[in-house]
Amino acid sequence: MAFKHVNAVVVGAGAGGGIAAKELSEAGLSVVLLERGGWPHFWDHDHDELISQRTTPLGNAFGPDDERYRRVVVNPDGSTRIVLPSEGAYCNNAACVGSGTVSYGAMAWRYMQKDFMMRSTYGALHGSTLEDWPIRYEDLEPFYEKAEWEIGVAGDDSQNPFAPPRRKPQPMPPFPYNTEGRLLDPAARRLGWHPFPIPMLRNSVPHGGRPACIHCRFCVGFACEVNAKCGTHNTAIPAAIATGNCEVRTQCVASEIILDDKGRAGGIVYFDESDRQQRQTADIVVLACSATETPRLMLNSRSRLFPNGVGNRSDWVGRNLQGHAYAGAFGLFEPETYDDAGPGACLAICDFNHGNAGLRGGGAICNEFIRSPYLFTSRRPAGAPAWGRAHKEFQRRNFRRCVAVHGPVQEMPVFDARVQIDPSVKDYWGIPVVRLSGSRHPHDLEISRFLAGKAAQWLKEAGATETWPKMPGSGLSGGQHQAGTCRMGNDPNTSVTNRHGQVHDIDNLFVADASVHVTNGGFNPVLTIMALAYWVSDYIKREWKGARFRA
Amino acid sequence: MSKARYPRRKFIRDVAAVAGGLSVLPACNKSRGRWRFFTGEEADTVYAICEQIIPTDQDPGAAYAGVPNFIDKQLVGPYKRFQQTYRKGLQGIQETSLAQFGARFESLKWDRQTEVLTMLEAGKAKGRTWEKENPKAFFDLIRDHTMQGFYGSPRHGGNWDYVSYRMLGLDYPQVIGQNRYKKA
Repeated sequence: MAFKHVNAVVVGAGAGGGIAAKELSEAGLSVVLLERGGWPHFWDHDHDELISQRTTPLGNAFGPDDERYRRVVVNPDGSTRIVLPSEGAYCNNAACVGSGTVSYGAMAWRYMQKDFMMRSTYGALHGSTLEDWPIRYEDLEPFYEKAEWEIGVAGDDSQNPFAPPRRKPQPMPPFPYNTEGRLLDPAARRLGWHPFPIPMLRNSVPHGGRPACIHCRFCVGFACEVNAKCGTHNTAIPAAIATGNCEVRTQCVASEIILDDKGRAGGIVYFDESDRQQRQTADIVVLACSATETPRLMLNSRSRLFPNGVGNRSDWVGRNLQGHAYAGAFGLFEPETYDDAGPGACLAICDFNHGNAGLRGGGAICNEFIRSPYLFTSRRPAGAPAWGRAHKEFQRRNFRRCVAVHGPVQEMPVFDARVQIDPSVKDYWGIPVVRLSGSRHPHDLEISRFLAGKAAQWLKEAGATETWPKMPGSGLSGGQHQAGTCRMGNDPNTSVTNRHGQVHDIDNLFVADASVHVTNGGFNPVLTIMALAYWVSDYIKREWKGARFRA
Repeated sequence: MSKARYPRRKFIRDVAAVAGGLSVLPACNKSRGRWRFFTGEEADTVYAICEQIIPTDQDPGAAYAGVPNFIDKQLVGPYKRFQQTYRKGLQGIQETSLAQFGARFESLKWDRQTEVLTMLEAGKAKGRTWEKENPKAFFDLIRDHTMQGFYGSPRHGGNWDYVSYRMLGLDYPQVIGQNRYKKA
């Protein structure tokens, strides 16, 4: 049975795809939203740390599963190994309706003005493809605002002197400080820094027909038990369905973009929940599958005109994979600092995002989300026993006395940190899998060392009796904050899409996820992904009125 | 239930039935049917290793928490891929114990068991198995799995009686529906 031709097919129901589906269906386009996972439900994981997003030894509650998915990782010595989604090197985000927005910590940052102008601010860097975005913060500002008000953000940027200019405040009041916040806030002020409450995509008060956060222990890494966390699964996607123009098809794994002889996109080939191959033709194709799966789909879609993958004429698809190095420090305190209440992370400083002598950029420093017991078993100073009586004693004594402050370091993009297609390994459906290779730029580690030092200074000022640094490894970045693999730019020779997320050479193929990020900011990326999805959709809607995409 | 409705004779009979049941239970420990992957001998070794990794002190340790049951259960589930690693690794630990102290691991004194595991952790363990297998990799694996079984959710067969949650002072199931932040 052939499906009815639609105006737009959107692949991936995460932060970007959910918003693109809503915007296009509200504008009157007929939309099919394809998602490889299912609708998530809180009871699927039931407070289970071992399958939560942060620690996945027994699998991912939010997908993908270990049975049908795999990837190949190239080791530093050139050999390869197969990795499963539950292993860290897989570079997983999630696979369900809402994707990462179901289980995320939900920090809602706007990137700063300089984050869009890294090259012109800091100059070229050897070994890095550091570049300016083709758009400025001012271009994105109205769409940040739209994301904050439509998805829902609790925060108060007026307390952050480094916040970029905004026209409208965030819609909900910020979350109050917990014990850690009350310790760290005065300490930061004594150091001359500027702490403020972290903006969060989480209801601090009832909002959008959903209740306020109940401050339970199971927050980051878990779906919200009372639906107080704001993701696309409980905001944009239901709104898209309510228009009557959007059909969400779950358990559908896209394998290829249909390409015609004229080099235009014609729809998507996918495997449905019964593993049958299906074709959904459309006037427009929007890719929002994450910075690893979007390039995989493009590189797996070949035609006479695109022998190396669609949009890959200049060999930039899959390049510049980046995420965030997390640098900071742990500190032990004499009084108990753990108050058994989520979300845990509550305050941040932006004093070290830019303007650090000798460094290109930096990152925000925040206190950590509430941590679970198993995660804490690996939180030890260097040289501390990893097992036995002393390890158990440390766990018992310090689980409630340990504070971490850390932050996402803005990474320097590297051309050879990349997503490719593995020549031999295939997944359950026979689709060639992602092959990850490369390593991070050494400058990331310099910035990390700097931020780790500031973090330790902060903890000591707050009264920590002992601190130890948290440093990233030197291997490939990516992870949940994965970005950069289909860079947007004005020059088709050094980018994949134009400033509207439209793939160069193909006017009806768009990318609306973090793949288009040129650089990834010193912040958690989700609000920027959402703003960009609004930005890309806005362009499509305007162009659609001109009937430009009609077949 | 009031005393009058529970005759003394019936009470004695019930107690005897329960006590009888209890006396049968330890025998089940040794039976083959209890384990999904481990042999009875392997299970004894795993009990001893897990207890070394998270010992009993003022709070119960890994054995009480059922960590060997957790590992056994995962080895026929998500950890199927580690079956051979365990089979060889447990064999290797016995070889090291025999070479070093002339007895099986689980029959060694506490400090000698610790010594054997410390050798594995350092990657310097005697035994034929370790000529091919990596002792540190096996130790790190079973160490990590023990942490999961002890500190993870009870739904997977470990953390019996919520022992680790009680040790850390975490109520479980969690009492929710209250705002726990102090009003600033």
